[in-house]
Amino acid sequence: MSMSYTKRNKDQLAARIAQDIPEGAVVNLGIGQPTLVANHIPANREVLLHSENGMLGMGPAPAPGQEDYDLINAGKQPVTLLPGGSFFHHTDSFAMMRGGHLDICVLGAFQVSPQGDLANWHTGEADAIPAVGGAMDLAVGARQTWVMMDLLTKKGESKIVAQCSYPLTGIACVRRVYTDLATFECSPQGLRLIDKVDGLSHEELEKLVGLPIAA
Amino acid sequence: MINKIANSVAQALDGIKDGATIMIGGFGTAGIPNELIDGLIAHGAKDLTIVNNNAGNGEQGLAGLLKTGRVRKIICSFPRQTDSYVFDELYRSGKLELELVPQGNLSERIRAAGAGIGAFFTPTGYGTELAKGKETRLIDGKYYVLEYPIQGDVALIKAESGDRWGNLTYRMTARNFGPSMAMACKRTVASVHEIVELGALDPETIVTPAIFVSQIVKIPRQATQAGGFKKTA
Repeated sequence: MSMSYTKRNKDQLAARIAQDIPEGAVVNLGIGQPTLVANHIPANREVLLHSENGMLGMGPAPAPGQEDYDLINAGKQPVTLLPGGSFFHHTDSFAMMRGGHLDICVLGAFQVSPQGDLANWHTGEADAIPAVGGAMDLAVGARQTWVMMDLLTKKGESKIVAQCSYPLTGIACVRRVYTDLATFECSPQGLRLIDKVDGLSHEELEKLVGLPIAA
Repeated sequence: MINKIANSVAQALDGIKDGATIMIGGFGTAGIPNELIDGLIAHGAKDLTIVNNNAGNGEQGLAGLLKTGRVRKIICSFPRQTDSYVFDELYRSGKLELELVPQGNLSERIRAAGAGIGAFFTPTGYGTELAKGKETRLIDGKYYVLEYPIQGDVALIKAESGDRWGNLTYRMTARNFGPSMAMACKRTVASVHEIVELGALDPETIVTPAIFVSQIVKIPRQATQAGGFKKTA
């Protein structure tokens, strides 16, 4: 019989990721869930947040009533700028990604392969409106691309798959996958376990993923 | 005397031709030249190709332009929005051609046009659907995709302050595509909230120099009580 385990909730997962972001890192947090990571960076750790629409040193959301719609993040929500922050145009912003100047980006995903292939922009359904935004630039541009996602779909299928069936965002670009059940490293040799929630055995995890996971 | 100040939006947009490729700045609520887009709708030019990061929200602005049926093709990175139903309908019914481009490639293709670059190799998109059929090359152990510039006839951008030579400054994240689009088009029209005397802009802080700007037109801003600016998109 398997022991019982509790999944990390979204904030616990965000905190787990924040824990691995070192002092001084320049980080881009993708729209949606990854945005939560900013709330969990320890106050004594200085991290520069980059926003694709031309901002370095992005701060938290403004107080209600203080929103300025010229000052927004990639998710188009009002934000603030920290002292020392800067603005620049789009082409420079993407040069920061593509030029390898960003230390880490954290992205959501539909699917990831053990080798780090990423699918996160399009379901490929016939009537779906495709939209890519900066996902492909971030995925291949940042020095390290981390994925933040639930390990399983709502139907219970693993989102880590031998080969992505959804259209790819980038090839072999993901370094780490942080999920509600475990954290993995992707490599040409396959998956390696970094950590997992208490009470979940290695065997159970491999069964859920359906792929070998090196300890 | 050089004077790029237009007295009205209509004057600034005079002479735009059917079939033109028009770049429109803006990202989210910041930097969208709404009044210039309204002016383009009023102008009536048709068979247009539009270059923008998105494909319009609700029924105003770019969505309003699409709704007129005068846009043949849109080149953008992120058309899907919760309220992009005007685009969605036109796209699904095949009335509007979409060229979907990763955002950084879009921006760099625009810049390349302005910088006289014939084409460039980028790692973004390699091995994906968006690089299908494109030339690739292995350079120093890494794969790249060949991308070509996007040349424009007219850029419509929103800046903050300008002078009669056409020098521009921007405000916060409203800068976004403005500087690159201004370089990439034969003609650039910028809306500004303030027109200042020549010499009043600190030359160290001019972001888009006069050479890239054809006309500026003053549009009053809508300030909020908090000192910020209203959501206009």
